[in-house]
Amino acid sequence: MACVVIFGSLRAFTNGEAEMEISASTTRELLNKLAARHPALAETIAAGVSLAIDGEVFKEAWFTPIGPKSEVVVMPLMVGG
Amino acid sequence: MKQDFKILGTRPIRPDGLDKVTGKAMFGADKSVTGMLHARILRSPHAHAEILSIDTSKAEALAGVKAVITGADFADVENRWTRYTMQNCMAQGRALYDGHAVAAVAAVSKSVAAQALNLIEVEYKVLPHVTDVDEAMAPGAPVLHEGVKARKLGDEVSGNTVGYYSFGHGDPEAGFAAADEVIERTFKTAATHQGYIEPHACLADLGGDGRGELWCSTQGHYMVREVCAEILHIDASQLRVTASEIGGGFGGKTTVFIEPVALKLSQKAGKPVKLVMSREEVFKASGPTMSASMDVKIGMTKDGKITGAHAKLRYQGGAFPYNMVMMGAMSAFAAYDLEHVQAEGWDVMTNRPKMISYRAPGAPMAVYAVESVVDELCRNLGLDPVDTRLKNAAKEGTKSSYGPTFKAIGLVEALEAAKAHPHYSAPLAPNTGRGVACGFWFNFGGQVSVSMAINTDGTVNLIEGNPDIGGSRASISMMAAEALGIEFDRVRTIVGDTASVGFSDVTDGSRVTFAVGIATINAAKAAIKEMCKRAAMIWEINEEAVEWIDGAAHATGHNTGTLPPMSLAEIAATSGKTGGPIAGHHEGAPDKAGVSFGVHLVDVEVDPETGFTSIKRYTAFQDVGKAIHPAYVEGQIQGGAVQGIGWALNEEYIYGEDGRLQNAGFLDYRIPVASDLPMIDPVIIEVPNPGHPYGVRGCGETSIVPPLAAVANGVAGAIGTRMFALPMSPPKILQVL
Repeated sequence: MACVVIFGSLRAFTNGEAEMEISASTTRELLNKLAARHPALAETIAAGVSLAIDGEVFKEAWFTPIGPKSEVVVMPLMVGG
Repeated sequence: MKQDFKILGTRPIRPDGLDKVTGKAMFGADKSVTGMLHARILRSPHAHAEILSIDTSKAEALAGVKAVITGADFADVENRWTRYTMQNCMAQGRALYDGHAVAAVAAVSKSVAAQALNLIEVEYKVLPHVTDVDEAMAPGAPVLHEGVKARKLGDEVSGNTVGYYSFGHGDPEAGFAAADEVIERTFKTAATHQGYIEPHACLADLGGDGRGELWCSTQGHYMVREVCAEILHIDASQLRVTASEIGGGFGGKTTVFIEPVALKLSQKAGKPVKLVMSREEVFKASGPTMSASMDVKIGMTKDGKITGAHAKLRYQGGAFPYNMVMMGAMSAFAAYDLEHVQAEGWDVMTNRPKMISYRAPGAPMAVYAVESVVDELCRNLGLDPVDTRLKNAAKEGTKSSYGPTFKAIGLVEALEAAKAHPHYSAPLAPNTGRGVACGFWFNFGGQVSVSMAINTDGTVNLIEGNPDIGGSRASISMMAAEALGIEFDRVRTIVGDTASVGFSDVTDGSRVTFAVGIATINAAKAAIKEMCKRAAMIWEINEEAVEWIDGAAHATGHNTGTLPPMSLAEIAATSGKTGGPIAGHHEGAPDKAGVSFGVHLVDVEVDPETGFTSIKRYTAFQDVGKAIHPAYVEGQIQGGAVQGIGWALNEEYIYGEDGRLQNAGFLDYRIPVASDLPMIDPVIIEVPNPGHPYGVRGCGETSIVPPLAAVANGVAGAIGTRMFALPMSPPKILQVL
């Protein structure tokens, strides 16, 4: 199962839980399961988040594959200038 | 990853150069059509006021006036972020900052439009205002919008506090306990403007049937189309937006300020409407960047190891909710490999114009504060600033302060290049100080569309959907030529309008050369596959027996004999007989953009009599992955450095007690010009990005991140005293001398 790391201020919506294991093969499946486990996070996920999968940052990419031992860091949606 | 290039790394003549130097290039204000009207906008003279009434009857009665609009002409929209954008373009109910639009006129001439503005009668009830971030965040401050306070925040902050972010790991307090020296400082930076030379300008033509054309200066014409269609309640397909040549953007043209107004006036008047901002309007009503108030605490051992770090960042972003402080909090300590680190950030509303991105938005000020404290620690402990940064530098495998673990990055290489550069060991003159600072930017990918056509004469046309704000047409043509194996001048890249090619995200985040480059390479692959197929058909062999090498199809199978290679031009020439036009296209949303680090080195001289700081020498080192067109890359590095120097030394939005902007013009808001500065010496570092087939990283934004701190550290060395606020303009330096 992938290790999901909830970063920083997003932990306010997971009752302080910083790391959890979730079985998912894609980012969409992972985010759906994460929102189901922590409904307070659902609004943030719906608005958009960035994910770092094994060190690579992805924005809004639903079908990015996730390996069984991947580290997935959930961060706020990043924007540029 | 390809590393042996024929085209990449060369410096061909820029394809837009001749048009720009001869005045042929068409910018936002250059487009005119027969029968068009001219628009002007009436703006609030108050920092915060309720709009009790607007009487437009006298203006509408003036001969030559064809349309007058106010906020009442705009129907509500469902998406709250679009609503904020709409209400920033035209106030509804309240004017929220000095310069906020309250009405607009379209008339047969500019002078009639200006005359009509004077006939509009607005009755205001002036309300309390707040422009300082710390005052706006304090309980009891006048709140700009109710009900938008960030979730989970308590009564310790006002309702203007619309965002809270925290990043980090470990226990900073434990880190401070392990330090030999701990320094905690508070810093302030002023709001600055992107300073693009070309004001916002557009020409709108929207009929009563909801079909329209819009020409405008923007970093993202698909964004313009979608936002305007939502605000005007029309179908996106019916609004064709064309991006003009752009006279600078730097993030400031990633939203709309005037386009919905021009479209609404055009719809009401039934004629095309041209709307061009004055420079005063650009300063007052187009987004500058955020101002900041920041606390930074760092602990270090005697031998230079950072043991703990904590930053608190409070940014004000103007009159509407926004969420940019997180980029500062994520960037603040990104250059360091830290066990104990935390960066927190608060987004705050004030009675100032709505902020918009400015080159690496949020990062320069946070890094200024962090790199200033690192520099002070180095000076106090007698440590070399580059060696100390090398000792703590993030590298491949470092768990970054904002979460992800870094892949291959080039910070160590940039620091080592700085240390070895003659600039670093050159002697310093009296009253001169040397500053060093690191900087970082994420870089992004995002949605792109590219269409490539192989012409029958062997040339190639390529259409992409991102306005070229920094040389992307050249770099994309070069990547197309490299992928196809043909000469650079056989390729012409244009930026298509919104009806010509698929959706593309805004040109921002240093994403275009990376993301459009990947789409271009994939489009070329599709075209090559088709050309190999056509060659196989002509040769009457299997397609699998054909390979593409150096711009030609080669028969490589065992049973293909000694067929001579068939060039792209030869295959293209017969395409009409072998199945029709040959093309390739690619639509996608590439990620893995690869972060970028820079190290800047500056010598500054401070005149003890006047407090004037002059830049004597400046060298900027930056990892760009692979420099496609090195001259453009050097230009990006130089441009970012110069903007950062202006931010450090002179640029600031100055507000009076009445909440009105006092310096809305380039005379009183002075940006550095060429005669103010020495040659900025760029040093390109190439640590390939594993996420791009040619190793490309974005390179447009990192260069503005280090200079604020580098210059501040240099000034501290020159005058022997550290300043804790930007800009360090002569009067402020004189105060501390």
